[in-house]
Amino acid sequence: MAQKITPKKTPIAEQDPIVRGKNFDEVCLGYSLEEARLEAARCLQCKTAPCIGGCPVAINIPGFIKALADGDLPKAWEVLSDATALPAVCGRVCPQETQCEGVCTVGKIKGKEPVAIGKLERFVADWKAAQPEEPVTPPAQDKGKVAVIGSGPAGLTVAGDLAKMGYKVTVFEALHEPGGVLMYGIPEFRLPKEIVRREIGNIRKLGVDVEVNSVVGRTLSMEEIRSSFDAVFIGTGAGTPHFMRLPGTNLNGVFSASEYLTRINLMHAYQFPDYDTPTRKSKKVVVFGGGNVAMDAARSALRLGADEVTIVYRRSVEELPARIEEYHHAVEEGIVFNFLTNPVEYIGDEKGYLKAVRCIRMKLGEPDASGRRRPIPIEGSEFVIEADTAVEAIGQGSNKVLLNAFPELKLNRWGYIDADEKTGETNLPGVYAGGDIVTGAATVILAMGVGRDAARSIDAYIQGKKQA
Amino acid sequence: MYKILSKRLIAPKEYDIWVEAPRVARNGKAGQFVVLRTSEKGERIPLTVADYDREGGRIRIIFQVVGKTTMAMSRLDVGDSLHDVLGPLGNPSEIENLGTVLMVGGGVGIAALYPILKELKKAGNKVITILGGRTSELVILKEECAACSDELLVTTDDGSEGIRGVVTDAMQILAERGEKIARAWIIGPTIMMKFAALKAKELGIPCWVSLNPIMVDGTGMCGCCRVTVNDEIRFACVDGPEFDGWGVNWNEFMNRMGQYKDEEKISLEKFQSEVGE
Ligand SMILES: Cc1cc2nc3c(=O)[nH]c(=O)nc-3n(C[C@H](O)[C@H](O)[C@H](O)COP(=O)(O)OP(=O)(O)OC[C@H]3O[C@@H](n4cnc5c(N)ncnc54)[C@H](O)[C@@H]3O)c2cc1C
Ligand SMILES: Cc1cc2nc3c(=O)[nH]c(=O)nc-3n(C[C@H](O)[C@H](O)[C@H](O)COP(=O)(O)OP(=O)(O)OC[C@H]3O[C@@H](n4cnc5c(N)ncnc54)[C@H](O)[C@@H]3O)c2cc1C
Ligand code: SF4
Ligand code: SF4
Ligand code: FES
Repeated sequence: MAQKITPKKTPIAEQDPIVRGKNFDEVCLGYSLEEARLEAARCLQCKTAPCIGGCPVAINIPGFIKALADGDLPKAWEVLSDATALPAVCGRVCPQETQCEGVCTVGKIKGKEPVAIGKLERFVADWKAAQPEEPVTPPAQDKGKVAVIGSGPAGLTVAGDLAKMGYKVTVFEALHEPGGVLMYGIPEFRLPKEIVRREIGNIRKLGVDVEVNSVVGRTLSMEEIRSSFDAVFIGTGAGTPHFMRLPGTNLNGVFSASEYLTRINLMHAYQFPDYDTPTRKSKKVVVFGGGNVAMDAARSALRLGADEVTIVYRRSVEELPARIEEYHHAVEEGIVFNFLTNPVEYIGDEKGYLKAVRCIRMKLGEPDASGRRRPIPIEGSEFVIEADTAVEAIGQGSNKVLLNAFPELKLNRWGYIDADEKTGETNLPGVYAGGDIVTGAATVILAMGVGRDAARSIDAYIQGKKQA
Repeated sequence: MYKILSKRLIAPKEYDIWVEAPRVARNGKAGQFVVLRTSEKGERIPLTVADYDREGGRIRIIFQVVGKTTMAMSRLDVGDSLHDVLGPLGNPSEIENLGTVLMVGGGVGIAALYPILKELKKAGNKVITILGGRTSELVILKEECAACSDELLVTTDDGSEGIRGVVTDAMQILAERGEKIARAWIIGPTIMMKFAALKAKELGIPCWVSLNPIMVDGTGMCGCCRVTVNDEIRFACVDGPEFDGWGVNWNEFMNRMGQYKDEEKISLEKFQSEVGE
């Protein structure tokens, strides 16, 4: 049977690299129905379905692929939505190569690529979105009241799941628009905001209230929330930028990736002056880091019209933590990569604007705690890169606004909330937490996975309390 | 939500408004601010809450028209609504009985000084206030500040009211008189804060200044508002907005304020041509 399978994934349409480097429209155009069914037919329907184990929310992957192969799209949707509230998002941004597709049986056959599970998932979700809306009758909401703090993927999943189980859920979000990183971090060309809004719309239709402009710890206190809800879920993310603290960090033109991307995504700076928020007009941009955030910042800079965009990463291409697809896209678009390099100093002009970055070459030494080889500076290898804009994408820490206002909550030694990985329980009864605020910066689907588990433990907690 | 309940022009280009914002009114304290947007496509701008009406669910904002967003705000009428109001943000001022405190305000910064001054008075301090401006009509909130001060000095550049000169001249007068001041709060235009803070240092008076860098989210998420104080990078929205006035790197602060000058101009001119001003 295996010999009938085409070695490669069914090709998918993408915008031409030259064209897309100048616009913010989505890069990947998605499958047609024929292409999707062709790709679905590559799935072996393995009895053991290792792919399910590779998916943090355990989507019944062969199940939805079978329905798709049979042309039964409503069924495919049903299977998907049983397990995930954000299929159009995950199909687009999951690091599939290390999750579902990484363990796919077809991919294990020599010379063959795995089934394009993510692309099929997004196909089904996009198909569903194009169907006429069905009126949804929100489930009864008499089982209890739950507050969710933060509207990123973790919070949204908890909210959707609990609403389906019959709870009245209110989501409190600090920003003026819900979605967390999906809204302010990941750019339009990778994840159109319309899709995020649509998926949040679906969650609202279940009866979930979303209150924006509500910073918990400031606008409302934890005491107020705990006294008016049966349980609380905290999913406030890892939103505080780290800076490398190099000399010259506060020069004009030096940004954290969070600021750079928030201006562009949440505030639409790429549509300035139609939208009011500007960002810097750059000619030469350097981005530091090697993750998705760095790729997003670099590719955004290119789209804003920069002549040259360089990513500077202190390890080598093998260690690059970004999704492989995004790395390829960045290379195709003409982003320059400077591996084994680290910045040491920002150099400014007399008016306080960045004009160059002094860097140093690195080599890889012994593996460190993370198992990756530790980069070591090569003495005497310093050189200068001209740049009017620098973006630091070296990671984020926990957002402290809520944590500072709620000192009873136990944190771990990295400053994240100390919560049980399986249940989301914290040291306080009725208070649950999950997503980046517990694990540190991770992935959308991991945040959703813990959201799912936390929803179940919150349900058990509230029902248990009622019986007691 | 966020309805404008009253609006008054209190000086050229300076408006005093009350806005419906019950949760901010309930939990806000002196020294805190809000971040607001006037429209769907608008910028998020920070403005200090000048007063709270907890029962009435209202907050008071006093703002000066300097660019697109503040101009758009000035064109809203009573009954219109702001699109978003987020707050209260920033750390409340440290209010305690210190003995004698010196309150130095200039320009629209007086609006930010006033709530702190009021609380310090309530806490039992002897409050000496210096308000400065280019000319008499630009010195706002004189009566309200006077009502909560043991002494109020006004300075004007043109001598149209009070002492002819700047706020540091009035600080010098107090020093010469031998006034023992435990702490000062200095809020106003950057250049005034810089020189008044230097003066306070010279006189050995510890002081708070309230920094107003450009912000985006106002919740510690972006780092746009970073300032250097005592050689450390701090985020004004979550670590401030009040900082040790002796330790601020003023030159860097002023440079960062000018980052978007060209774009601000484009934005303002586009708006003016749209509304025909
Ligand atoms: C630029 C970028 C690109 C990424 N790309 C990918 C990718 O391709 N694939 C992938 O899987 N992952 C990616 N990630 C990581 C992924 O987005 C995160 O792991 C995920 O969003 C975490 O979800 P969360 O729900 O824990 O928190 P977040 O998405 O961070 O949401 C937290 C929300 O809580 C709000 N909040 C914070 N404090 C408060 C408070 N006190 N009161 C009320 N609300 C509050 C915040 O405003 C925010 O909206 C990327 C991250 C970034 C920054
Ligand atoms: C914590 C904080 C509290 C503030 N409280 C008040 C207040 O109570 N009343 C008030 O009138 N203003 C206050 N400001 C300043 C206010 O935020 C700005 O005036 C406003 O952002 C200008 O927006 P704009 O679109 O109208 O002008 P823009 O077009 O953005 O700016 C026009 C010009 O205004 C100046 N400017 C820009 N941003 C700021 C800024 N953050 N602070 C000062 N000047 C700026 C610059 O010189 C700029 O060239 C506060 C700022 C902060 C950070
Ligand atoms: S949610 Fe992510 S890991 Fe799970 S099947 Fe979809 S793409 Fe794969
Ligand atoms: S492992 Fe691959 S081939 Fe097997 S069921 Fe899952 S998707 Fe299909
Ligand atoms: S305004 Fe974004 S961190 Fe302060």
